[in-house]
Amino acid sequence: MGVYEHAYKPYAGPLTPEWSRFLIIPRHAYRDVFASKLFTGFFALCFVCPLVMAILIYLHHNLTAMAIFQINLRDLAPINGFFFQFFVSFQTGLAFLLTVLMGPPLISRDLANNALPLYLCRPFSRAEYVIGKMSVLLILISAITWVPGELLFLFQSYLEGAGWAAKNIWMAGAIFVGSWTWILLLALLSVTISAWVKWRLAASAALFGLFIISNAIGFTVDGVLQTRWGGLFNLTIIMKTIEDSLFREANTMGLQSWMVLPITAAWIMLALFLALCLFLLTRKVRAYEVVR
Amino acid sequence: MKNGVNSSAEALASVAVLSDAPEETAKPAEPVIHLDGLSVQFGGRPILKELRGELRGRAIGLLGPNGAGKTTLIHTLLGFHPPSSGTAHIFGRDIRNNAKQIRTQIGYMPERDSFIANMTCVHFVRLMAELSGLPSEAALERAHEALFYVGLGEARYRQLGTYSLGMKQLAKLAQAIVHGPRLIFLDEPTNGLDPPARQRMIELVRQIRDSGKAHILLSSHLLRDVEECCEEILIIKDGRIAVYCNLEEERRANRKFLELETRGDREGFVEAIGTLGCEYALTSERRLKLILQNDVDIRNLYQIAGEHKVQIRRLNFKRDSLEDIFLKAMESGNGDVAQAASVPGNVAQAASLREGEK
Repeated sequence: MGVYEHAYKPYAGPLTPEWSRFLIIPRHAYRDVFASKLFTGFFALCFVCPLVMAILIYLHHNLTAMAIFQINLRDLAPINGFFFQFFVSFQTGLAFLLTVLMGPPLISRDLANNALPLYLCRPFSRAEYVIGKMSVLLILISAITWVPGELLFLFQSYLEGAGWAAKNIWMAGAIFVGSWTWILLLALLSVTISAWVKWRLAASAALFGLFIISNAIGFTVDGVLQTRWGGLFNLTIIMKTIEDSLFREANTMGLQSWMVLPITAAWIMLALFLALCLFLLTRKVRAYEVVR
Repeated sequence: MKNGVNSSAEALASVAVLSDAPEETAKPAEPVIHLDGLSVQFGGRPILKELRGELRGRAIGLLGPNGAGKTTLIHTLLGFHPPSSGTAHIFGRDIRNNAKQIRTQIGYMPERDSFIANMTCVHFVRLMAELSGLPSEAALERAHEALFYVGLGEARYRQLGTYSLGMKQLAKLAQAIVHGPRLIFLDEPTNGLDPPARQRMIELVRQIRDSGKAHILLSSHLLRDVEECCEEILIIKDGRIAVYCNLEEERRANRKFLELETRGDREGFVEAIGTLGCEYALTSERRLKLILQNDVDIRNLYQIAGEHKVQIRRLNFKRDSLEDIFLKAMESGNGDVAQAASVPGNVAQAASLREGEK
């Protein structure tokens, strides 16, 4: 099928490995999103916090600098679980905004343009399609959450010594797991809303609304039934409970003691919520909808 | 193989391809599509009912009235809908177990507008090629080639949203062939095209068919499109195969089918024809239709007419168009036509005769 031959020819060259094909979707998606200067600027701003925290870690180990600035950083901002929890919380907040910017059109555009049959008529499964779409967010959010978080941990370990690293290795695990719970929640929530809500603004509003509504439901249940179990319907409390547990810093990030859920219940509710998202996705991500 | 038209599974299995087909696809050892009691239900409502048969042609036209199940058949073969019972094989692979491997060899041009938003055409076709497994550079190269091939070479850097309907159809064809599939499903490829664009599309389909590198399953409401592109047709009615025939064989068989206009006392004339073994039907006072037996020549008819003092005023070879075949299949129901036919392969003629008898 050469340009000047004008004849149909089959393709006889090598093929890419099947497992890697879901990565085609984020690669092509990034070409579009990074064409926007606004988005690129916002993404660059997401690295300000890691940079500031890296400077703080450096200053912690530079007595001369502390003497010049006449501050005692070791007391003011100790490098402990709270330090890294703050980092993860701040960065996941930015990740939420990034998801609001990128998430809504991910699947809704394909549905609006009937593109799903084009994906699914190829050696490309529905699962790969969903993973590919989620990867658009997973990769970007990873780049601003756990990847710089682990780099900060390594930097601190390098400056503090192997003993500190061995003693606080749980922090590295907490950064990784804490970030990934948020990443999975945001990515799955975003693609699910994108699959069900075709209008971009409405999808963005739904993403915000879900946290607000779940808050409202949770507090209403608590208020009416005089219980703390309304938190099971409150996504923010569920995530904060998990985060506090991971960073061994109970009640440090704004949760009052009566709000805190048993950690097992929080994990179960999160798992149920993610399973619900997957179920809704499987209902919607089909080549064609069958009208029964 | 003498039968031009068959509706039963046994007949389907014996349909041959044209002798001038290129070597690669002339007589495939295995059928392109083997339907093995394929049934599909949506919400308990049967859409496809026990489809059986082997399709071996280079270009197969898929016909049927609205809601007959044509698109459902294509979607099921692509793995979009699971069969409720039975199965189908494409190039020998079962669609139930090997959907992914099968799809590496299939190109699909959907009926409706299907695109990915905010993309240039070359970007779109390249993405489709990559999803089919081509490495990035090869995908880009093939995307350019495919777009030049379908005639969108000069417009390939334009956004798809700015394309006319005809250009969008060509872009859909380009994405269907970019990875060089062995089997191409074209669902209503000429929908909404003006005559020149339609002609261009038909020409492309013919070129791909004649290249011998790919088989084509073309679903269309436009019988003329199918007649121009396809050598075999599969007519589906109410979820069943109503007719599967080789058009060329059918046309060849129609040479034996005659319409006569006579003057004079024809009673003795038709009786004499009957004794020759020819089936006939009196369609009006002066007209009759008949099917010649292989050992009977037209000269014999003139001799008999002379003996019975009958004038033959007009004699036509009747060639059934695809439209005739289609309409008769729709009227006759499943399988009735083939069973009624007494002349090898001449289903439509038999239906015509019976019509005349009425």
